[in-house]
Amino acid sequence: MEYTLLILLLPMLTFLLLGLFGMKLRPAIAGGIGTLSLALTTLLAYTTAGYYFSSPRIGGVLPKLLPINFEWLRFTDALHIDLGILLDPISVMMLVVITTVSLMVHIYSLGYMKGERGFQRYYAFLSLFTFSMLGLVVAPNIFQMYIFWELVGVSSYLLIGFYYTRPAAIAASKKAFIVTRFADLGFLLGILLLSYFTETFSFEALTSGNSAVFSAAAGVTFLGASVMSWALALIFIGGAGKSAMFPLHIWLPDAMEGPTPVSALIHAATMVVAGVFLVARLFPLYVLAAPEVLVGIGYVGAFTSLYAAIVACVQTDIKRVLAFSTISQIGFMMVALGVSGIGGHEGLGYMASMFHLFTHAMFKALLFLGAGAIIHTIGSNEMSRMGGLRKYMPYTHITFLVACLAIAGIPPLSGFFSKDEILAATFAFAPQMGVFMSFTAGLTAFYMFRLYYNIFWGIPAKFEHTPHEAPKTMIIPLMILALITLFAGFIPFGHFVSSNGQPYTIHLDRTVAICSVAIALIAISIATFFYKSSCDIPDRLVNMYPRLHRAACHRFYIDEFYLFITKRIIFRCISHPIAWFDRHVIDGTLNGIASMTQRFSYAIRGFQSGQIQQYAFVFLLGTLLIVLLMVLI
Amino acid sequence: MNFLSLFVLIPVLMLGGLFLSGTMKQIRTICATGASLLLLLAVTLTVMYLGDRHAGHTAEMLYTASAVWYTPLNIHYSVGVDGISVAMLLLSSIIVFTGIFTSWKMEVFPKEYFLWFCLLSIGVFGFFISTDLFTMFMLYEIALIPMYLLIGVWGTGKKEYAAMKLTLMLMGGSALLLIGILGIYYSSGGNTMNILEIARLSIPVALQRWFFPLTFIGFGVLGALFPFHTWSPDGHASAPTAVSMLHAGVLMKLGGYGCFRVAICLMPEAAKELSWIFILLTGISVIYGAYSAIVQTDLKYINAYSSVSHCGLVLFAILMLNQTAITGAVMQMLSHGLMTALFFALIGMIYGRTHTRDIREMGGLMKVIPFLGVCYVIAGLASLGLPGLSGFVAEMTVFVGSFQEADLFHRIMTIVACTSIVITAVYILRVVGKLLYGSIVDSHHLELTDAVWYERFAVIVLILAIAGIGLAPLWISDMIRESLGSINLNF
Repeated sequence: MEYTLLILLLPMLTFLLLGLFGMKLRPAIAGGIGTLSLALTTLLAYTTAGYYFSSPRIGGVLPKLLPINFEWLRFTDALHIDLGILLDPISVMMLVVITTVSLMVHIYSLGYMKGERGFQRYYAFLSLFTFSMLGLVVAPNIFQMYIFWELVGVSSYLLIGFYYTRPAAIAASKKAFIVTRFADLGFLLGILLLSYFTETFSFEALTSGNSAVFSAAAGVTFLGASVMSWALALIFIGGAGKSAMFPLHIWLPDAMEGPTPVSALIHAATMVVAGVFLVARLFPLYVLAAPEVLVGIGYVGAFTSLYAAIVACVQTDIKRVLAFSTISQIGFMMVALGVSGIGGHEGLGYMASMFHLFTHAMFKALLFLGAGAIIHTIGSNEMSRMGGLRKYMPYTHITFLVACLAIAGIPPLSGFFSKDEILAATFAFAPQMGVFMSFTAGLTAFYMFRLYYNIFWGIPAKFEHTPHEAPKTMIIPLMILALITLFAGFIPFGHFVSSNGQPYTIHLDRTVAICSVAIALIAISIATFFYKSSCDIPDRLVNMYPRLHRAACHRFYIDEFYLFITKRIIFRCISHPIAWFDRHVIDGTLNGIASMTQRFSYAIRGFQSGQIQQYAFVFLLGTLLIVLLMVLI
Repeated sequence: MNFLSLFVLIPVLMLGGLFLSGTMKQIRTICATGASLLLLLAVTLTVMYLGDRHAGHTAEMLYTASAVWYTPLNIHYSVGVDGISVAMLLLSSIIVFTGIFTSWKMEVFPKEYFLWFCLLSIGVFGFFISTDLFTMFMLYEIALIPMYLLIGVWGTGKKEYAAMKLTLMLMGGSALLLIGILGIYYSSGGNTMNILEIARLSIPVALQRWFFPLTFIGFGVLGALFPFHTWSPDGHASAPTAVSMLHAGVLMKLGGYGCFRVAICLMPEAAKELSWIFILLTGISVIYGAYSAIVQTDLKYINAYSSVSHCGLVLFAILMLNQTAITGAVMQMLSHGLMTALFFALIGMIYGRTHTRDIREMGGLMKVIPFLGVCYVIAGLASLGLPGLSGFVAEMTVFVGSFQEADLFHRIMTIVACTSIVITAVYILRVVGKLLYGSIVDSHHLELTDAVWYERFAVIVLILAIAGIGLAPLWISDMIRESLGSINLNF
């Protein structure tokens, strides 16, 4: 299995090649090299997956393989960072997801980015991102994960800011990086805390299901919570930052300033689910050492999914709608993990979460790429500039519809299966949670079809020039993703990925399935009624609840709150005073000492006048004084 | 003669050569040859050192030699290196080498400029190879004095003020240091100035309590210890490019190195007792420097405050008094030296083109000077600790090492220091966004030309070094770690 190293090396070498010499290559050649190299990577990933999932099971469990592992940096005798490749069901599944979506995006971008300034740079960054993301998922220890975690952050920063002359893009890239960096601080502290007590970074040791690994932490508490809970909660903060969980979600909608294919790859399918992957990776540890944190993760996920779904209902920028939809769907995955246990039916949530991660990556990438095709021809992100596009863009229309149906959870599309498992898991956890998530699922169907109808139906907008279907390079990836979305639901996913590695056969819970489909259908009908042709109910609703509508449009003022913190508190109240203090108090003191020395010198310099008469006079006076003193005493 | 002395001999020969030279061409030839020889020597030394360690030489220091030059106080010219000095020599030679190339076009009194530059190098290299307290101190002073002239004559802006301030503050530190050194000499009772021998003797703890703070602050002033750091922003802002590079890249490391080698190693008991005061001060440095950098508008000020923050982390880690953290400190010295030299080189190159360092007067430079722009981004990413570049390995080693100290005080300070990674990201991205991205603010900037060959060469060498350490850190971190193991930190 040593060839798996190539899966990482190929994108990295492509990055170096295109990064260093890209400008000397013709754009088409640079794009070709990037795409070809990724196609090879994809092929390798598929081979690996095929080989891995058909390898003999030991006690019904797929083996964990470690084809490559070497020491990279040594901290103490026990703690050292290794770099390596770990193959286990979820990492292999992620390899497939990442390479597939990345390849689609590479092909798609050949058409989408054609003629853009910096085309070579774009492909270099795409390779860098793919490399980092692949390195993240195959990490055999938490520190390697952190390393690649930072690298994906930087690639995301570079790609969001790809149009570096646009102020909005610069601001968005900065925001994305700093918000996730802040979350990564939590991740880092979590790693430090965890490794201090467990004396290992290795996932193998951490997730062995043996509580001996954290025995050193037993009984250590801080502010009423056990130290393991603290460590795992801090690590989750890192995951929440990358996966845009409330209240660290603010960077994701802004990240839509990047090129649309980038949004599809990074901000829909791969990087944003890294947080889910992180929790899944450490899942046995969460269950064993900090079940209360896991439940907390579930609640954070549930709240985020509802919040984002509500906001998505009122956004008018199609990429923003999709961004909030992504946040909401990742919330679903987090909920599923939060309500899950280990083994058998208990572990349904874990399996459902991974399954949803897989299907969501495909249909959300499809949605974004479809949106990209639309933006490409319209030249705007605003829904009001669209309408009636189904006639002009038949392929985009059909594939987009497939994705909408999938995310709404209509059988037999893939989204139905994965979402249904999540709902079943939440119902098993607590009926209230199940109802809550079903409602959110209904909202999902509603806002997706609001989007769909506004783009493809409704009143055709006045177009500057007639919209046209996208070129082949863009249509083919759409079709491939649509095919996957259509049929991926029939993959016996539980057979490959499950909470304890034992094959798990998915049983559809009929009541849950019927309810959820019914809710989705109702939501879709409402959306059809509201938005298919002109209808004044949405406007009336807005007029009825103007406050709520305005708050939702402003994403409930979370961004404003952060702006207040950074601009007012950090800049105004911390940095400026510190800088002032440094210049005026500390430096002032030193300058004060200097000028005092100077003044003192001026004061006493009369002593050294160089005049003989003065010296003689002082000498005489002194002698007289001494004589006088001697006489008197 | 011991071959380590070549580190001093080559700059001395350069000095002589420069003295005799007349044309710019001769000056350049001498400087480039000398600097290349130094770099080659440092690389050879590293390879030899690693080889000898691998072959099983376990002495604390290798290649030791000694010759007495002042009998009454038993002052020797004694040399020797361990992993830490090797790392520092490597750093110094890279910075001197690239510094020569960035001042390739020095037009004002080039001969005198390079003369002082060489004298400074003598001090720096001599300091890192010395194992004799007094000789170290003397070479330390030799490294400091040329700075006054280099800034005062070749600087920009308020150069006389800055040069005076820098020199006086550092001399103030030296005064404390001298007392400390003499104190160590007399209280150790061994009639020796050799640090290896003093380390084996024990200084009474009551006296250590006096001399530890003196030496630590004395060296700490040069390592930008809060609140004695204010020479740094003014000094760097006024210094010419190569001098800034050398100063922030190497000279500030003299401070950290001295703090460790003299203050900590010779007086471990007092270090343990009093470390909390300095941990507090350095912890403040780390955060304070970073926050100050956020609101600065002059590129050099931003970098100077960033140096306060990063060098604060060096001293912070040294004070943790454990092997991992001190390894991290040395790595951070190395990493910060390379990074900040790269920054100052780039700032100098940008300033040479735009004639301003105020980020409000610049923007969109990425379009006109892409090479410098990309390198600036790389320097920024190294500074904010991107994996694959040197900053990450250094910071992580420091953090993991500091986290091994389990009591609440150390924990809190470590967490506070960790938050600097976020603040660093804020000021780095702010500068990158303002300076390089966006649209061009000054139409004169449209005609700027990108880097020329000697600029490119210097920058590429620095980036390669940064990436080299960042990608393959194990050999260098092990080299440092093992040396620390043999020093026998009896804390």
